[in-house]
Amino acid sequence: MDIELNKLQQAARAEFRAFVDERVAPVADEFDRKEQMPDALIRTLGQRGYLGAMAPAEFGAKTMDALTWGMLCEEIGRGSASLLSLLTVHSMVIQTLLRWGNDGQRKKWLPLLASGDRIAAFGLTEPEVGSDAGNTRTEAIADGSDYILNGSKRWISFGQVADIFLIFAHVDGKPAAFLLERHAAGLDIEAITGLLGFRSAMLAELKLDACRIAAGNMIGGIGFGFSHVAGTALDHGRYCIGWGALGLLQGCVNACLEYIGQRKQFGVYIKDHQLIQEMIAEMVVHARAARLMCHHAACLRQRGATSTIMETSIAKYFTSRAAVKAALDAVQIHGANGCSDRYPVARYLRDAKILEIIEGSNQVQQLIISRHACQEHVAASRPAHTETLKAGS
Amino acid sequence: MDAESIMQQVRAFLGQYISDVDVDPEENLFASGLVNSLFAMQLVLFVENGFGIQVANEDLDFENFKSLNAITGFIQKKSGTSA
Repeated sequence: MDIELNKLQQAARAEFRAFVDERVAPVADEFDRKEQMPDALIRTLGQRGYLGAMAPAEFGAKTMDALTWGMLCEEIGRGSASLLSLLTVHSMVIQTLLRWGNDGQRKKWLPLLASGDRIAAFGLTEPEVGSDAGNTRTEAIADGSDYILNGSKRWISFGQVADIFLIFAHVDGKPAAFLLERHAAGLDIEAITGLLGFRSAMLAELKLDACRIAAGNMIGGIGFGFSHVAGTALDHGRYCIGWGALGLLQGCVNACLEYIGQRKQFGVYIKDHQLIQEMIAEMVVHARAARLMCHHAACLRQRGATSTIMETSIAKYFTSRAAVKAALDAVQIHGANGCSDRYPVARYLRDAKILEIIEGSNQVQQLIISRHACQEHVAASRPAHTETLKAGS
Repeated sequence: MDAESIMQQVRAFLGQYISDVDVDPEENLFASGLVNSLFAMQLVLFVENGFGIQVANEDLDFENFKSLNAITGFIQKKSGTSA
């Protein structure tokens, strides 16, 4: 695995860092307090090509490779985890359209999503369904050339402002996915406030009451909504969150390094206290390990390897856990100051906890990773297959 | 590429995800619970990456992926190597 950046990637990273330092980090706490993400900032992301970077150039996108996209998620995650969630859900819908949309759906929606003229959100979770996402209760019933949807979706990031939603529902007991426009009759959107973290991610609950959708808005096919459509979206979402968690973790490192060189206790800067050094060392090492995992996932993604799905899951699991640990220690290092909104570390901690829950909770990741490890162990005990097993890995 | 060669590669790939590598070529992998939903996308990537074909929207049919024989036939059809 080569983790050297080429010149274009180096330039892109410098651009992302400068953007976040100038336009995101200074206002992230204010937006967090207001529980709002300004429309102007969302539009700026679109104008800079960040929202559509996962789409091909033929749709008007400023296309990025997987590693560059990851670095964008990292930098945005360092500035604002709420803004990271916009990049995440919007690009999850783009990925889904690219992968499983038909030509008409791609031509209609991808230019609008790539430019950021329309914002997309992901509607899988329901009031009674979280990790058990294959058993959503929202139903779609065929009615002529339409489907009638009934049910509700909760914790929908940027649901307050999204123009289009990727909604998952069962048709005759089989999972399916639909693109639902905001103005659809029967769709009611309610803001969710008072959250622990992701406060400016403008979450919403969607209530679908006899909501009519044209059959042409179905993505994929009946029966494939969870395994393939949601599977594609969630894999991409985990990739974004893994990199974003790395950004938050790096933000903790940066904030602490700044603080410990300014704060004195017992007559010396606290960077000279060994128990502080222990926490810094843990944070730095975790950041290095997280970065390697994210780069590994990027390399695999770049060449379409089947192992990218599992390695992305592992990276998301590790980086989000490491982000929580780093944020806890960052608050500890900052002491009472860290419990206030004068420093970003309190927000980092609240947001880091969310990273362990979204796009597949870490307990779901543990199940996936553990089962895969057992299977790998079994496969490794079959020497006769060693060579052919390499196919596609 | 002939069917036997494709089948061998598919079986080897499947062996990374299930314990019984000698699964019957007609056994329904999904209905039997041998694989989980995560496998579905791994299979798509394997087929695309291993055989240079694109699995498209219209290919989403369980008949294409339900068994070793079905996957082999799908790969042959998409790559234009079916007899």
